[in-house]
Amino acid sequence: MSIEVKNLCFSYGEREILHDLSFTIEKGEFVSILGSNGVGKSTLFRCILGLLPDYKGEIRIDGKNIKDLSVKEMSRLVAYIPQNTAPCFNYTVEDIVLMGTTSSLGTFRTPGKAELERVSWAMEKMGIEKLRKRSFNRISGGERQLAVIARALVQQAGILMLDEPTASLDFGNQMLVLTQAKALASEGYTVIQTTHNPEHSYMFSNRVLALKDGKLLREGDPKDIITKQIIDSLYGISVEVPGLYDDRARVCIPSDVALGHEV
Amino acid sequence: MSTDMPESRERRKLPPGMVLIILSAALFLAIILSFLLGRYPVPPKELFGIFLHRLGFAIEPFWSKTQEVAVFNIRMPRILMAVLVGACLSAAGASYQGVFQNPMAAPDVLGASAGAGFGAALAIYLGLSGRFITLSAFFMSLITVALVFFISKRAKGEKLMGLVLAGIIVSSLFQSGTSFIKLVADPTNKLPAITYWLMGSLVGATNKELKMIILPMLIGLLPMILLRWRLNVLTMGDDEARALGVDAGRLRLVSVISATLVTAAAVSVSGMIGWVGLVIPHVMRRLVGSDYRYLLPGAVIGGGLFLLIVDDFSRNIASTEIPIGILTSVIGAPFFLFLITRREEMR
Repeated sequence: MSIEVKNLCFSYGEREILHDLSFTIEKGEFVSILGSNGVGKSTLFRCILGLLPDYKGEIRIDGKNIKDLSVKEMSRLVAYIPQNTAPCFNYTVEDIVLMGTTSSLGTFRTPGKAELERVSWAMEKMGIEKLRKRSFNRISGGERQLAVIARALVQQAGILMLDEPTASLDFGNQMLVLTQAKALASEGYTVIQTTHNPEHSYMFSNRVLALKDGKLLREGDPKDIITKQIIDSLYGISVEVPGLYDDRARVCIPSDVALGHEV
Repeated sequence: MSTDMPESRERRKLPPGMVLIILSAALFLAIILSFLLGRYPVPPKELFGIFLHRLGFAIEPFWSKTQEVAVFNIRMPRILMAVLVGACLSAAGASYQGVFQNPMAAPDVLGASAGAGFGAALAIYLGLSGRFITLSAFFMSLITVALVFFISKRAKGEKLMGLVLAGIIVSSLFQSGTSFIKLVADPTNKLPAITYWLMGSLVGATNKELKMIILPMLIGLLPMILLRWRLNVLTMGDDEARALGVDAGRLRLVSVISATLVTAAAVSVSGMIGWVGLVIPHVMRRLVGSDYRYLLPGAVIGGGLFLLIVDDFSRNIASTEIPIGILTSVIGAPFFLFLITRREEMR
């Protein structure tokens, strides 16, 4: 499924958050959105998810203007994996994943056998089937993230939007979640993540959108975006960005450290 | 990757469907037993006969007319009222807790009780009769919640917080109104009547009253039951709920209207019966889990069962009735203490 964003602007009152953004994301891409805190990544996310309807410009999913889609229709196209899912009640992992079936149920219906089978399929795919009856609030952060991705798969939407999926995860879990996300993209899901880690976006995604001051600074292949010049400009600090292992990975190191200057 | 917590830490429990069946059976039993309790003795055999007779079996009455009157005109409305009021308060509490994503929400967060109290006090002050006291309480309760909604629409910032704050503001306004009426009310008869009403009691429940409130109660309970799965999704927060295909704003509105309707109906006949709406949903979470598919029916059945048992005590342990509102608080307050000292369990 493709996303087409044309001349997108968004303001909270007088304050303009997003300014004239235009880009297209094709089916099966894994796109990372980079940018400093408060640059409008979340606002962009919320616009695409249909949570902020008061934007100017146009957002089309598979050619359909999202302003013409109902909440239910939207949920069949785009799934949201929030940064931190913390329900205030004690649900089992199964309950949480089962919530993904809601958009395919009638208003007054409750999920049945067919829905539970979809849950089994998605949990197996994410490798968390043994957590089924565990309390969602008592599993690890990485497991929670995988459960919410399983919920998105159950939702049967072609576009997965992950809001900082690796925030507050340990290194192992970060790699696990990103590997799964990449695998889903190669299966044909369109995967979009926001991230604060340029190195991850280089290693896992096939395209990077770099946002600065609500504008699209650059977009393109990670090889062209994760460079000294752009990272310097994005975060306002001087960094060195050497490539490692035949340039399959790049690391960002503050210039002061890399060049041995006194800090 | 995996947590070091062993699987066995999470206890095996009865399946929630089974718990609901057991609770229903307990409720049925409690209703039958409650018919046997009361000042005027009606032994089981007579009770059975009276019921069969009413159901159309040709049985020669071997019981007194007084016994029949006690069963149908005094005990039946009282018992059904206790069950309905308990069921409604508890279901409304469970529903509000989900809608506000707050395990501490009670049926009166939006001022339903404060409004009903003011309406009843006003009616008693004006010297209106019993039926009009109920009507006044009912409509004032609805007006209060409508007012809260209206104010919250204009509140800036976070929506949920705006709604809760508006509830607090309007509640306190109506409570002051009630206090003022108490101040100016005739202290020999009206003031005690108001005070007694506010304490909460099911004394003098009649079939007429029952007929008056049963319709709004059922109209309110039905959408809550039908939408119970979606309420789970709403507890994840508005953004997530919308992304999962649930129109959060609309579902919240329908849930609040339904919960308010049943709360208003319950409070208008029973006065302020505290704690049921807060405590029973929590007990049910322990018994059937947090999934509203089971929690909401559990709250209905459990709330009915709880209030029926407490009301049986209220009318039988002392020579004069103890207002049920006092008893529920006596049981509710220690339970709340237990809840907050075991906070972890709530999450």
